Amino acid sequence: MLSNNLGKVALSLVVALFLGACATQQATTTTKSDDAYTGTETVKFLADGVPDRVFFATNKSELTSAATATLAKQATYLKANPTLNVVLEGHADERGTREYNLALGERRATAAKNFLISNGIAANRIKVISYGKEKPANPASNVLAWSQNRRAVTVKTN
Amino acid sequence: MKYKIFTIFALFFILTVKSFALVSVDITRGNLDPLPTAISDFYLDSKLNDNIKKLQLESKIPELIKNNLSRSGLFFALEKKSFIQKPELAHNKPRFEDWAFIKAQVLVTGKISLEKENRLRVEFKLWDVVSANELSALAFYTAPDNWRRVSHMISDKIYERLTGEKGYFDTRIIYVAESGPKVDRKKRLAIMDQDGFGVKYLTLGNELVLTPRFNPTSQHVTYMSYFKNLPRVYLLNLETGIQDLVGDFPGMTFAPRFSPDGKKIIMSFAQEGNSDIYTMDIKTRIVEKITDHPSIDTSPSYSPDGSYIAFNSDRSGFQQIYTMKSDGSNVKRISFGEGLYGTPVWSPRGDLIAFTKLYRNKFYIGVMRSDGSGERLLTENYYQEAPSWAPNGRVLIFYRETASDSGGRGGGAKLWSIDLTGYNERLIPTPTDASDPSWSGLLSGK
Repeated sequence: MLSNNLGKVALSLVVALFLGACATQQATTTTKSDDAYTGTETVKFLADGVPDRVFFATNKSELTSAATATLAKQATYLKANPTLNVVLEGHADERGTREYNLALGERRATAAKNFLISNGIAANRIKVISYGKEKPANPASNVLAWSQNRRAVTVKTN
Repeated sequence: MKYKIFTIFALFFILTVKSFALVSVDITRGNLDPLPTAISDFYLDSKLNDNIKKLQLESKIPELIKNNLSRSGLFFALEKKSFIQKPELAHNKPRFEDWAFIKAQVLVTGKISLEKENRLRVEFKLWDVVSANELSALAFYTAPDNWRRVSHMISDKIYERLTGEKGYFDTRIIYVAESGPKVDRKKRLAIMDQDGFGVKYLTLGNELVLTPRFNPTSQHVTYMSYFKNLPRVYLLNLETGIQDLVGDFPGMTFAPRFSPDGKKIIMSFAQEGNSDIYTMDIKTRIVEKITDHPSIDTSPSYSPDGSYIAFNSDRSGFQQIYTMKSDGSNVKRISFGEGLYGTPVWSPRGDLIAFTKLYRNKFYIGVMRSDGSGERLLTENYYQEAPSWAPNGRVLIFYRETASDSGGRGGGAKLWSIDLTGYNERLIPTPTDASDPSWSGLLSGK
């Protein structure tokens, strides 16, 4: 009787583990493909209605539609303020090797810079710097913080 | 900046006994049966003056040797209070039955005497208790305050005699000392002995510094600094303290490492969203572009003969490890397991490449052969990366981070070492949080 019960417990454990594994697998797949942050926490503003940063999916440097919308507003703002120069700071989350993240941050900042250039901002007004994972906006170690840290931030330099 | 440890001191082989040892240590497998070793207090010559006697080197030197050997995981140091024979007698002629009685298989003895004013002669002998033989004996001449260095050198000689391979105790670690909150982390270059003793800070923390690496042939270090907010690779001479910008690049340079002959620095240069690998000859300042690919190419590391380079690239779509000839030809992907691979570092023995792997939200330090076969994961954790080899290619040092809570508190970084076998994982104590370790070559050379 006892061994029978144990058998059942063991079986249900196996099932639970199996289901657990499936759930994790699914979650991982979804977060990897499109986990760019879309909220407003941590976001600052260059001017009224002009957010200072755009967010990226894990390991990605392609601009999302939300990112291009933000950068279009930044371009309009920079056109209206032609003496203003900016530096684009590229960042990565903490779940990657330091050196690769430095390169990734540079690639993200450059993607944002290129969008501004293609929207009529002179290249000599925009500098790029990568901080890799060195300067998180949110210091927590969770999925939300990591999504807020995968970013390119436009900072005024004058 | 001058370091005492570069003081030249003579090393005399007073005896080289090539007797056959019954005891030996196999370091190729996980050692779950460390060698029982008795390390006797040294015999202190009674003619030494009180200032030297006060240092208590007769117990401090054997204690340091004991710590080194124990931490290697290959030796089990027996309790001193079980020793029967007095240090002086043991050093001159051990009564092997006494040492066998406490289950010692090897015995270390020593004698400290005065060579001349403020200069010591430290002699040690290594004995095979099983075959009742002397295995080796050496004397070192040194200033008294250099006793730690001598203890490390003796430890290396014991390790070498019993394992058949060079030791790694007379070495140093350069690393990044971290302090302050995560959103405003202060980072300083720091250097210490391999056992964590004698930490010295080389930068003040005014600018972010990352990834220091030793030149395997000299007292130079290359690292990355955000000096004046321009992220660039620098060269630092540890003896003079002089720092030099490496090359004249119009953008970020990062991920520097020396070539095995110490003459070149290999690194990444990022421009227009693309990172490629470059080398710069330190003397001629000639820069060469090694990779030319729109993907990220970074974390380059030479093979010990300088003919190949392992590096990290996402040209397949994700971070993987590649090798190529040192001129950039013959690019070949070598990592094919599940997950992402980064930070390849070629073993000083040439046979293996150590790496970091990210798989299902866990980080691993592992090794694979240079053709990518035989992948072996040594340790799994929440976050760890950046392995660096001990000069004998048997031990890796790396850093490990712990997660912070939702308020961003509690996270930290520490240095750890692990044997190539995957056993014997050890925390390397540091006064602050620490990351990006790089292991020096043997300070005493060959």
